[in-house]
Amino acid sequence: MTHSASQAPPHGALHRLLGHPTDLAGHIETHGPLQVASRGEASWRAALMTSLEASGLAGRGGGGFPSSIKLGVVGAAGAGGTIVINGMESEPASDKDKLLLLRAPHLVLDGAQYLAAVCRASRIVMCIPAGRDTVAVAVRHAITERRTARYARVAEEMVRPPDGFVSGEESALVNFIERGLSLPVFRPDKGSPLRIGRRAALVHNTETLAHIALIARHGHEPFRARGMAEEPGTCLVTIGGAVARPGVVEVDRGVPLCDIVALGTPVDSPQAYLVGGYGGTWVAPPHFATPYASMSLRTIGATAGVGVIVVLGPAACGVAESARITRYLAGQSAGQCGPCVYGLPAVADDLALLARGSADGGLMARLHRRLGEIRGRGACRHPDGAVNLVASALNVFAADVDAHLAGTPCARSHAPTSLRFPQAVAI
Amino acid sequence: MTSLRITIDPVACDAYGYCAELLPEAIVLDEWGYPMVNGQPLPAELAAAAKRAARDCPTRAITLREKKAGPRPARVSVAPRADLRRSGR
Ligand SMILES: Cc1cc2nc3c(=O)[nH]c(=O)nc-3n(C[C@H](O)[C@H](O)[C@H](O)COP(=O)(O)O)c2cc1C
Ligand code: SF4
Repeated sequence: MTHSASQAPPHGALHRLLGHPTDLAGHIETHGPLQVASRGEASWRAALMTSLEASGLAGRGGGGFPSSIKLGVVGAAGAGGTIVINGMESEPASDKDKLLLLRAPHLVLDGAQYLAAVCRASRIVMCIPAGRDTVAVAVRHAITERRTARYARVAEEMVRPPDGFVSGEESALVNFIERGLSLPVFRPDKGSPLRIGRRAALVHNTETLAHIALIARHGHEPFRARGMAEEPGTCLVTIGGAVARPGVVEVDRGVPLCDIVALGTPVDSPQAYLVGGYGGTWVAPPHFATPYASMSLRTIGATAGVGVIVVLGPAACGVAESARITRYLAGQSAGQCGPCVYGLPAVADDLALLARGSADGGLMARLHRRLGEIRGRGACRHPDGAVNLVASALNVFAADVDAHLAGTPCARSHAPTSLRFPQAVAI
Repeated sequence: MTSLRITIDPVACDAYGYCAELLPEAIVLDEWGYPMVNGQPLPAELAAAAKRAARDCPTRAITLREKKAGPRPARVSVAPRADLRRSGR
């Protein structure tokens, strides 16, 4: 069963995150008031830290980093910091953050309040991209409700960074909040916290915060009761592409990919799944039953990435679609780092040649060399996502790649794209 | 035992390429002129050349870190050469 913004959550489906009242009164009726100890006393803070650690929650923004470790680093950096809510959802194929913010804004904001209490932060900043006004109106309404009711302990505000793939990267958000510049910052030492001024900043995805709000109120057991022991909990996944019912579902971590896709009802037998968004990896039919969990996906050379599965139908050309994604990602570079600025368009050009069936003899060697050289050389991981996508495409669509190399691309490569892009992408 | 590790700030780097001339054993340029570091700890005999490469980089994009057993590598301070520093940076 999939959810769209206009639908009520279906009966019987998993709806720990999405099945909540949207208004503050209903939210309080369901969950009770925000149970933050006064002035965040030390024993209460320690107990919540322990609970978060025991939950095994990993970030839902794409990196999958353990939340308790990030919190520990920021907590140790002293009081007065900022909790940044990453509501940017810059991935074009993803809808889960928008839906969560429309359905359960108080759950997300509560998660930030609990974290603020634990690490004695004095500010909560919600980031919603410019132009995404329906979401911004809902968030503004929720923040006003909480202020009027004197419900929020720490002041909550909203900022509107520009809409772009890279503006959702955490150092770009912090840079925007501090200096109005939506550009990633080079950080050689990823073990130290991000900072706004001299105070630490903790950036979390909206879904991570919603889980934190539930764990803080109900303990870690209900969270751990779902999903896998190594990767507990449920997660939101946007299903798109060649399915009859695209939308967002909440599933247990570790469910086979094909079972998640079945919830969206594929229209035909799929050629491949794109797992983890446009900076993610293609997965071929023999691996469709792989559990949706980082560990399992790693064993087949894929990544969980962002909570997205796009189904590639039999009428599409994986080479041409990958060329479009690469072109889109190349155009989204923040324009700061040479390997990203020059490397991604060069890779996109070669993929476009390949897609059109006009590859020269040196193309494949050049492509592989560039993929190896670009990886890891940007200030942010934007180029790495593009490299992963292309490398997996060459692998999963190897037979098609050979046909294209031989100058006989499939008729499917002329089909219009089956993917979603914020603007038209030409290859 | 400490050894040096080279880090390049890709935002600061403007592909001047001096580093690859001064330290070809550890830095090569990609096809667009941007440096690639092999990521290995630097052999001790190259430390002096590495410090020179870091100092002479016009955009100060090279940092040398001492790789110790501990988690936080210490930054090695390298005095900038005033004649190579561009104004406005
Ligand atoms: C190019 C790029 C774009 C990103 N965009 C988003 C985004 O739109 N939303 C998001 O939550 N995380 C995004 N991230 C990941 C964030 O940098 C960060 O890891 C995440 O917000 C941390 O939250 P979490 O610990 O709750 O997962 C992006 C990362 C990169 C490299
Ligand atoms: S890697 Fe690309 S997107 Fe990231 S900071 Fe550098 S130029 Fe910008």
